[in-house]
Amino acid sequence: MDLSFTPEERAFREEARRFFRTEIPQAIRDKVAEGRHLSREDIVTSQRIMNGRGWAVPHWPREWGGQDWSPIQTYFYQDEMQLASVPSPLPFNVSMVGPVIATFGNEAQKRAFLPKIANLDIWFCQGFSEPGSGSDLASLRTTAKRDGDEYIVNGQKTWTTLAQYADWIFCLVRTDMAAKKQEGISFLLIDMKSPGITVRPIQTIDGGREVNEVFFDEVRVPVSNLVGQENKGWDYAKFLLGNERTGIARVGTSKERIRRIKQLAALEFVGDMPLIEDARFREKLAAVEVELKALELTQLRVVANERKLAKGKPDPASSILKIKGSEIQQATTELLMDVVGPYVTAYREEREEGWNEPPVGPDYAATAAPTYFNWRKISIYGGSNEIQRNIIAKAILGL
Amino acid sequence: MDFDLNDEQRLLKDSVDKLIATEYEFERRKRYAAEPDGWSRALWAKYAELGLLGLPFAEADGGFGGGPVETMIVLESFGRGLVLEPYFATVVLGGALVRHGASAAQRATLVPRIADGSLLLAFAWMERQSRYNPADVKTTARRDGGAWILNGEKSLVLHGDVADKIAVTARLSGNQRDRAGIGVFLVDASAPGVQRRGYPTQDGLRSAEITLVDVRVDAADTLGEPGDAMTLVDRVTDEAIAGLCAESIGVMSAMHEITVEYLKTRQQFGRPIGTFQALQHRAVDMFVALEQARSMAIFATMMAGEADPTERRRAIAAAKVQVGRSGRKVGEEAIQLHGGIGMTMEYKVGHYFKRMTMIDRRFGDADLHLATLARLGGLFG
Repeated sequence: MDLSFTPEERAFREEARRFFRTEIPQAIRDKVAEGRHLSREDIVTSQRIMNGRGWAVPHWPREWGGQDWSPIQTYFYQDEMQLASVPSPLPFNVSMVGPVIATFGNEAQKRAFLPKIANLDIWFCQGFSEPGSGSDLASLRTTAKRDGDEYIVNGQKTWTTLAQYADWIFCLVRTDMAAKKQEGISFLLIDMKSPGITVRPIQTIDGGREVNEVFFDEVRVPVSNLVGQENKGWDYAKFLLGNERTGIARVGTSKERIRRIKQLAALEFVGDMPLIEDARFREKLAAVEVELKALELTQLRVVANERKLAKGKPDPASSILKIKGSEIQQATTELLMDVVGPYVTAYREEREEGWNEPPVGPDYAATAAPTYFNWRKISIYGGSNEIQRNIIAKAILGL
Repeated sequence: MDFDLNDEQRLLKDSVDKLIATEYEFERRKRYAAEPDGWSRALWAKYAELGLLGLPFAEADGGFGGGPVETMIVLESFGRGLVLEPYFATVVLGGALVRHGASAAQRATLVPRIADGSLLLAFAWMERQSRYNPADVKTTARRDGGAWILNGEKSLVLHGDVADKIAVTARLSGNQRDRAGIGVFLVDASAPGVQRRGYPTQDGLRSAEITLVDVRVDAADTLGEPGDAMTLVDRVTDEAIAGLCAESIGVMSAMHEITVEYLKTRQQFGRPIGTFQALQHRAVDMFVALEQARSMAIFATMMAGEADPTERRRAIAAAKVQVGRSGRKVGEEAIQLHGGIGMTMEYKVGHYFKRMTMIDRRFGDADLHLATLARLGGLFG
């Protein structure tokens, strides 16, 4: 038992740190650190720089640009990326549809899509959730009926993040209406420019417009866009959802936010005393730090255990990382709001072009409440924390 | 980075786990508790035989050269068994005092006797007013030729009722709460002027109130530097806390397993209560709290030997916070999920709950350590 890292591992961490802090533009990293929205351009720029170094898709198979990293290297890569406030490569591309195509797609699909997915030449969005299908995803009702060499897709997807930027959408669709609900589902890639697709934004409580409804009205999709076998889509979806659970803890993001909380708490005064000197505030913060340190070690334990599990087999213990990781991230957004104090109340609509008017209160105030509101989502998406508890109860506790 | 045990450590774990599983079955524990000392002398001899009593001491001193990981293995297993013997007082606390505070000559006489089971130790640092502050010492040490004369009262001395030698903190100089001016004296329990009153603690262990009236201690029987012993006390305390964290993992794991088992077997409304989602999720939250605590217990073990006292204290404080908070949650939920049976003295889960509750009150509770950590600026940049 040894918690220290090898010189090679430490050197890799340094290399990752240097790369993220020198190669990714400061302006993009500042936006992430300050909780401002990124433009499509920002996300594309950042991912292309990473892909230029072969670091956009390190977990992919080697022949498609993967790195064969050890779990520790992957951990350092994620941690340093998050500590440097670098936006993650688009998860819909690199963690979701990419691995599905690489694992279940045919050669033509791999060649056509994977390099472009890695370089964000094609932007994918995720068409899983529907108005009536949230946690009970398999109840989805969007249909794809075969018509010669095409499917005709009808239905509605929702909570589609950044669909407004997307070139393509990967969808779960029902191809066998008679089968049991998990068994009649297929995994389709659909061009967003196809006639019959309408995207309508959903404004979220923070004021942002990152999620959308996507409507399909008689949308024709070539059969060649079916990934894997017809009616096996549920297996691919489970594979997709089980991928990359360790990154979900976002320990680096929370560490970085704690650093920012301390920095801002030194600027905010309670009477003559900086807030950071206030014992009660410090204890609240320290309590979150303790949970975060524990989570970091829990994550390392899950990572270490990964080496012993069959490749691609998700460890149900990773549900702990989702639960705790989201709770801690949410706690940091609460603390950030507490630091800012009364100036969280002033609302400023997020605009891509920015603002010329002076901010109300300190310039760091405007994003505190929206970030808090927006972060409520992380215990809901990707399998809500209650679903994660179901997973642990069943798979680990045997209940 | 490696969370696995090496071969020797696995062997140690297997043998201690086996010993506890057989010798510390719950009904047997009740019998040990009814023995005159409140624990089993026969088992103490067995620990000696297995090398557990000499485990953390250097081989050159007559020990087995184990480190913090070995101690963690033993204490986690002892936590599962709710072991009653004075292992923590003698080997962990006393052992740390001897390893870090005794001269080579002292170690040569003390360690073999600890290892063979013939010497029991206790650490008397607490006084009525001191709460969790080991530097709050009224007991006095006055020089008298080649000896020291101790006067004062020590309280809540774990296994002080049976100890053959008691390490006592006493003040040579300074004010009541000064960190400077404190010494640690190794007092023979049978020395004239030592009075002790033993009593049971909530968790089934034993402690003692100890009065010292003009007790003479030979100048050679000091640990650490007389007048400058707080660095020693801090180091011993931090190791002790790491040990308590390890023990807590055993206690919490047992509580969690017993509870999950109960959820699977207890039938109400025609089905096992573990099929109810409200209860499943609570069992999961216990599990998450346990795993977070396990991570911090490992962290404490790894940092217990850290040379920089501030870094060490930061880590140990953080671990004690996590273990204290997780322990309270796991314990309270274990009782609640059991329902009425969890309230009975006859059933084992309550005993784990009580032990866990008392561990939080040893060497500073979660609130105190949270305040310490906050004062030190937290864990992250």
